[in-house]
Amino acid sequence: MMHVGAKRSLLGAILIAVVVSLLSAQFNRYYRDVAIDVAINIVLAVSLNLINGHTGQFSLGHAGFMAVGGYIAAKITLVFGVAAAAWSQPLIFLGALLTGGIVAALAGLAVGVPSLRLRGDYLAIVTLGFGEIIRVIFQTSETFGAATGLVAIPKWTTLGWGFGVAAITVYVVGSLVNSTYGRGFLAVHDDEIAAGAMGINPVRYKVTAFVVGAFFAGVAGGLFAHSKTTLSPTGFDFMKSIDIVVMVILGGMGNTVGVIIAAVLLTAVQEPLRALGPLRGIVFALIIIVLMMLRPQGLFSFGKKKGANA
Amino acid sequence: MSTPLLELKDVTIRFGGLTAISAFDLRIGDRELVGLIGPNGAGKTTAFNLITGVYQPTEGAIHFAGRTTLGHRPHQIAKRGIARTFQNIRLFGSMDVFDNVRTAVQVHRPHGIRDALVRMAGFRRGEKDVEKHVMELLEIFGLHGQRDEMAKSLPYGDQRRLEIVRALATRPKLLLLDEPAAGMNPTEKIELMKLIRFVQGKFGLAVLLVEHDMKVVMGICERIAVLDYGQKIGEGTPAEIQKNPKVIAAYLGQEAEHA
Amino acid sequence: MHWLQQLVNGLALGSIYALIALGYTMVYGVLRFINFAHSDVLMLGAYSAFYLAPRMEAVFGPQSAVGTLFIIIAAAAICAVIGILIELLAYRPLRNRPKLTVLITAIGVSLFIEFTCQHGAVFGADTKAFPKLLPSRELHFAGIEMASNDLLVLVLTAVLLFAMWFIVQRTKIGMAIRAVSFNEKAAALMGVNVNRVISFTFGLGSALAAVAGIFYAMRAPGIEPLMGVQPGVRAFIAAVLGGIGNLPGAALGGLLLGVLETVAGGIPGVSIYRDGIAFAILILILIFRPAGLLGRAVIEKV
Repeated sequence: MMHVGAKRSLLGAILIAVVVSLLSAQFNRYYRDVAIDVAINIVLAVSLNLINGHTGQFSLGHAGFMAVGGYIAAKITLVFGVAAAAWSQPLIFLGALLTGGIVAALAGLAVGVPSLRLRGDYLAIVTLGFGEIIRVIFQTSETFGAATGLVAIPKWTTLGWGFGVAAITVYVVGSLVNSTYGRGFLAVHDDEIAAGAMGINPVRYKVTAFVVGAFFAGVAGGLFAHSKTTLSPTGFDFMKSIDIVVMVILGGMGNTVGVIIAAVLLTAVQEPLRALGPLRGIVFALIIIVLMMLRPQGLFSFGKKKGANA
Repeated sequence: MSTPLLELKDVTIRFGGLTAISAFDLRIGDRELVGLIGPNGAGKTTAFNLITGVYQPTEGAIHFAGRTTLGHRPHQIAKRGIARTFQNIRLFGSMDVFDNVRTAVQVHRPHGIRDALVRMAGFRRGEKDVEKHVMELLEIFGLHGQRDEMAKSLPYGDQRRLEIVRALATRPKLLLLDEPAAGMNPTEKIELMKLIRFVQGKFGLAVLLVEHDMKVVMGICERIAVLDYGQKIGEGTPAEIQKNPKVIAAYLGQEAEHA
Repeated sequence: MHWLQQLVNGLALGSIYALIALGYTMVYGVLRFINFAHSDVLMLGAYSAFYLAPRMEAVFGPQSAVGTLFIIIAAAAICAVIGILIELLAYRPLRNRPKLTVLITAIGVSLFIEFTCQHGAVFGADTKAFPKLLPSRELHFAGIEMASNDLLVLVLTAVLLFAMWFIVQRTKIGMAIRAVSFNEKAAALMGVNVNRVISFTFGLGSALAAVAGIFYAMRAPGIEPLMGVQPGVRAFIAAVLGGIGNLPGAALGGLLLGVLETVAGGIPGVSIYRDGIAFAILILILIFRPAGLLGRAVIEKV
């Protein structure tokens, strides 16, 4: 019923990630970059899953939170980190990621609170709107490079950082949801009125989902910035949000393991898809339509969901 | 009664042009079993929604345990000790039987999120306590064998009882039951009546029961209030209500169905 | 009279929004669902006109009024059919699924149309110059100037709005649409063919979007497959502003939004945020008055 040994699994995963990272200089750089992308997408998908899948709040603006975290983290490293002593750089990186995450969490608060009483379609549009507003803000802000964005961000994201954060994200979201407290998220999703009647505060759960989800999206943004070394506002548009949403849907809303697998699959498939050229978008759109028609519960939902939801 | 557990004074609610309930007075004391009856559309579920904070009255006052409930939201009122079931069963569809009850248990547990994340020894113990509490409740209602089944896959009668178990998990002082006998066969109804009385005694609850089945209502309620078109047209013991001419008139033609 | 000039320009823009918004609001009224792909229909309308124009020129000569009329009608008809097809193929099979499933499908349909049109074999992603359908003259009155095309837009929109009002309020099919918006099940019990009503609604909304697309293209430098996104989003916000599901509201919302945007575009310091203004309005409405200006709040039965 509960995550027995969850903490142990978490520590184990982080350890493996660090070891792999230390060895990674040996790996083919291309595969290493793809693996880092996988890790970042896992963080994005699992964090969105908390909002969309578990709590049932359909958010289409997740890329906005990613942007906030990425820009803030990159700015911090550009100002403080580049010139700092080598030993302090990991600490600065950590600080930058966390700050990015916290500011993104505040953005999540700003988005979550007004969204409280909105249902499905409306909520989707509002979150989309917020995502766009955030993007426009960065696009017009000189501090963050306006339309050109930020460049020459140090490439500090390693496999260790990537998968370490991914492991932490999975642990946090999983622990949250797989507890008596966490059943509240699902209850709010299933039936807000009944949840309220049972003493569960729907507002608090929805906002918590947004804040926690946004935090991790922000950290993912920071990792992203320090992997690609440049940030531009167009990379965080509606399409990016849709990419993440598709991962969650493909994996099965609320299904943590499924979502992780979907994130891995969709990332791995990016390159071959790119070979399709202009057909890529068409295929992507068709996948969405076919998925919704034939298997809206996702590819990886088998049987009934039980108490331990991962 | 001294200070009633629940008191509605002159409660009126209007939705646009429609007055759903007007000048409704009701008192329920500790451990009383009160029935609320009336023809369809009389406003019974609306009364429940007013008491639980889903609606706010346009006029009048509602007090629970001496304090007003006006302006409070449903989850706050639930925390104070009022629990309910719903006319159209509202179980949590994505969860199994166990989890449905488990969600309701946390009303009285502090520090939920911190415990869930940090997971020190206290967490493990806390979850074990939760399990014990939930299983105890499920056993009373004979549902413990189905703890891992999806709530929605239970037979109808079991679903209704599960809803009651879930409500009880919030440790209420007042339990509102909205047509709990709906869709049950006569044997199940007799079981239900016994169960309600048992639960009332064991947990020391007051119960407000909305029900169409007169046998059930007359069988277990100490006192009954009657609503018609949003107004109270009678109140008294079962015997008094059965002889009340206004009540009979309101039910004219319907009594044959439910007697 | 600077403000009058802004008002007139704003109304021209707003008319376009109004026409598109009607489509959103009608579909929401009968299906309780936001048709994400609506914005792409307006793009298809513009492209239909683009391809029809040379043919019309061959028959009626360049920049002829009659030719333009034919183009508009033909494009509207084409897009009406497209709209009906989309509903039939993509939304009807999902009629009984959760709203979110259909919403995502709509997003998928929209992306599908956009990406397909961007493909070289279809329209290509490049911006094409929209042909001059009508000679454009500068009109001067009351101290303001107005392009004759803009005046045409205003007049035609007024005509179309009146036609819409007439259809919805005075015809049988209009009554059926209203019935289905109120209560689909009851309407079906009263003998209304709900499927036909929904198809008709989609067709009508798409036709209006096509006309709006042509008007939009007439004012824009060129057309490209993603041209529908911006006006589509604005029009949706306009529909929400007016009260989603409410037709006069959509028209009012469209005009209002057009004026607000134009005015904001003229205020120095605010104009760079012009894009954000529409979204800000959306968020403000949904927080303070979710039913919109003319809409009614719906109370959920517990």
